[in-house]
Amino acid sequence: MILVLLILIPLLTGALSFAIKGEGAKMLALISTMATLVVASCVSGANFSAAITFDAAWIPALGARFSLLGDGMSSMLCLLTAIVMMVVMIAQINKETENAGSFYGLMLLAQAGLMGVFLASDALLFYVFWELALIPVYFLCSIWGGERRIAVTFKFFVYTFVGSLMMLSGLIFLYLKTPGTGSYAWADIVHAGSSLPADQQQWLFWLIFIAFAIKMPIFPFHTWQPDAYEQSPTPVTIVLSALMVKMGLFAVLRWLMPVVPMGVTYWTDTVVVLCVIGIVYASCLAIVQTDIKRLIAYSSIAHMGLMCAAAFVHNSVGMHGLIVQMFNHGINITGMWLIVSMIEHRWGTRDMTKLGGMASSAPQMAIALVIIALGNVALPLTNGFIGEFMMFNGLFQGMISNHTVITVLAGLGIILGAVYTLNMIQKTAYGEKTPMVIAADLSINEYLGLAVIISLIIFLGVYPKPLLDLTAGVAQVMAR
Amino acid sequence: MTAIIATTVFGIIMMFTGLFVSDKKTVTSIAAVLILALLGINILELNDATGPGLRSATLGLLGVADTTNGQFPQVLFNNMLRIDKLSMWFGTMMTACTALYILLIGKEFKKVGTHVAEYFALIFFILCGLYLLTSYNSLLMLFIGIEIMSIPQYILAGSDKRNLKSSEASLKYFLMGAFSTGIMLMGITLLYGAARTFNVAEMIPMLHSETLSPLAIAGVVFIIIALGFKVSAAPMHMWTPDVYDGTPTPFTAFMATIVKAGVFFAFLRLFHISFGNISSHWLMLIAVVTAATLLVGNVTAVFQQSVKRMLAYSSIAQAGFMLFAVAAVNSSIAWNAIILYGVAYSVATIGVFAVLVKMKDYTYDGFNGLAKKHPVLAFVTTIFLFSLAGIPLTGGFMAKYYVLLAVMQQGNLMWLVIFALLMAAISVYYYFRVIAAMYFKQGEAELSSEVTSTDKILLIATAAIVILIGVMPDLFVLHM
Repeated sequence: MILVLLILIPLLTGALSFAIKGEGAKMLALISTMATLVVASCVSGANFSAAITFDAAWIPALGARFSLLGDGMSSMLCLLTAIVMMVVMIAQINKETENAGSFYGLMLLAQAGLMGVFLASDALLFYVFWELALIPVYFLCSIWGGERRIAVTFKFFVYTFVGSLMMLSGLIFLYLKTPGTGSYAWADIVHAGSSLPADQQQWLFWLIFIAFAIKMPIFPFHTWQPDAYEQSPTPVTIVLSALMVKMGLFAVLRWLMPVVPMGVTYWTDTVVVLCVIGIVYASCLAIVQTDIKRLIAYSSIAHMGLMCAAAFVHNSVGMHGLIVQMFNHGINITGMWLIVSMIEHRWGTRDMTKLGGMASSAPQMAIALVIIALGNVALPLTNGFIGEFMMFNGLFQGMISNHTVITVLAGLGIILGAVYTLNMIQKTAYGEKTPMVIAADLSINEYLGLAVIISLIIFLGVYPKPLLDLTAGVAQVMAR
Repeated sequence: MTAIIATTVFGIIMMFTGLFVSDKKTVTSIAAVLILALLGINILELNDATGPGLRSATLGLLGVADTTNGQFPQVLFNNMLRIDKLSMWFGTMMTACTALYILLIGKEFKKVGTHVAEYFALIFFILCGLYLLTSYNSLLMLFIGIEIMSIPQYILAGSDKRNLKSSEASLKYFLMGAFSTGIMLMGITLLYGAARTFNVAEMIPMLHSETLSPLAIAGVVFIIIALGFKVSAAPMHMWTPDVYDGTPTPFTAFMATIVKAGVFFAFLRLFHISFGNISSHWLMLIAVVTAATLLVGNVTAVFQQSVKRMLAYSSIAQAGFMLFAVAAVNSSIAWNAIILYGVAYSVATIGVFAVLVKMKDYTYDGFNGLAKKHPVLAFVTTIFLFSLAGIPLTGGFMAKYYVLLAVMQQGNLMWLVIFALLMAAISVYYYFRVIAAMYFKQGEAELSSEVTSTDKILLIATAAIVILIGVMPDLFVLHM
């Protein structure tokens, strides 16, 4: 029942929010996300002992059930979603949004969809939530986004929708192979998929994987991403990059790897090579960007590439590192976007060439930027380090051809990452002082939001054990 | 049986109403009462199939002896009609859709011309044809049903007689319709030559795969062409855009939905029962027709500038999906798939048309900024368009899901499934263009008539039905 609350709280408050005019919606959203965070913490806390499940009838004729599963990985991602959404809402407190009721309503609906995706253990339910998370984001970007928002968001929508439909056909195919009158339960789908002959698994792999590859996004399915991140309003960019991309990774781990194991084995080399191309390519593109938002968007592709590669080598170290990194990446990139939005708010531009001198004009902000950016490049003693270290370790030991070369090339991503991140810090924080439109350092709510992020970065960097413990069981099960 | 008689009587009553009642509002109210009565009769009759004869009791109260004793299936007129549970269920569903249609759009009939009562009478007669199509047991009855259904439509198409486009639509429809009827008669004749019977059930043992005469194959192909014309399957779709565009909008809504679904049910009845054993001879033809229909409908719809014309092409595209059910001969859920698709598609399309008749300008630009001026209209239209595009939690998703499931159960048509899904992704483009116009663009969307609060309540109720079909499809399909 506690799992249902995770979906129900944002869903109901989101629906309620549409009816509220004016500033009330903001407070409602804040309270709702806080309540969700409390529930998510309870779920994660309970998970050290055993996974929580919920099961109820939904469409008996189809064998689809409303069944939820909260194991270590799910509850960790729910916790991430809850934290990130709360931080976003805190950061939004002093912001004016046109049509606030609808804006926060859609944000909360997106949160409900995300929670559903992370919890569903019924394939049809999973699909429904997968789409449900997308629809609010479509409206959020298209109404509140930048100049080119309509075309860009539509591109994003069509990309993901095509992927989703392919996945749907794959799921129906598996459903028809389940025993009896058919079932969508995770265990039955896994059983049906893994007992298919190898050649069927090989094409089924792409049918399902393409949806996840687009969502993450993996090279060459990434072309929607930089534009969409750039054009979206910051809260939505955060939802997209910190949370929605995790849907793709999570789905790979839960709905692809166990379902078509032989297909995964067959295509591992291909996918890992694509990932590595993505890492190097996106990092190089990030270096030449002048718009900070685009720079972070490309760096995100590089990070996702590494995480996806780690997923596909499936050994326990890499898997564990990946699951931990899913959490940490979400935290770090949320911090990055928050800082970017503050910069944009104060200087009126995101162009690095026109920025400078933050360290003297807004020193607190500059400190926050440096800490978060270092977390993002995985400096030791920040949270990014432990996950990336484990992933590289896994990649190096992985049962893939040319694993040394692959690891070295992927390692280039770290070096290039340092190049573009430090370059960005240098250009924005130091250098010649440029005039601010609104001259002010951090306000109290920004302080609060960044404090949550930074304390997590440092705490989990120094003492990652709780996170490792929470996810250890899952990582063991996943890796073969 | 009672329903067939009742709808004929009601049609005649409506004609006389036109003679004696001059107030158009009263006429509309009478029609609404009659269609609700017809729905009641249908439900009572359906009730006989499952529970104790409620109808017998009602008739007993009126002092009339119940001759049918509530026996299902009822076999009537020398085995020409066979009313079974399935056809009763479908008939009831379609009557419910018609009731919804008359309640939503009936008021707009007076905009078309002066003979409002006659229009309602014609709609009742069309329903009579639909009932015959759902329960025919002889090819002659199929023919009569098609004709009873078509002739009133020719009149409705030309009902705005001062409008050149309406007259053109009527003439075009009539000429093409007469032509296809001829082809159908030819097909029936050939089949009679091969099977030596008109009876749907008795034909089964006469049509074997081993000893199939070319006569029968030619007959089947002719019938595919003729029925394909009625459901506007490519390449027999040429008439559809012009006719749907030229026909007065309130009647397009009826022709594109309920009528089409009815013909599909007849299609299924013949091909799954009589021709089920020889499916290997016609399945590939149907598959190719399906692919062509999907391609033509979706791709051409993209280039339309008028929403009404787009809906005409979208109806072709949706017919492509309904053809899936015809192709799924060996599937156990094909019947339920066509029922659910018929209902979901009809409700959503009627909803869109109910909004469209209120608009002054039928182009996409005419919808610009509707969300600001009339948020309720924009919201329900969004739900309807979501349903047509097949977004989860709306009826359209479940409908598409059922037909996909049916055709995948059939097997060997995976290429068609993938193709159809790609086409579904294209359909997002033209459906979402309306949403984009309503929500993301600035403009002064003008209405041609006032939206009363009754309209709003009815539209919201329709949207609620669309959602209900998506969440609990179990309620709308027959459990056999």
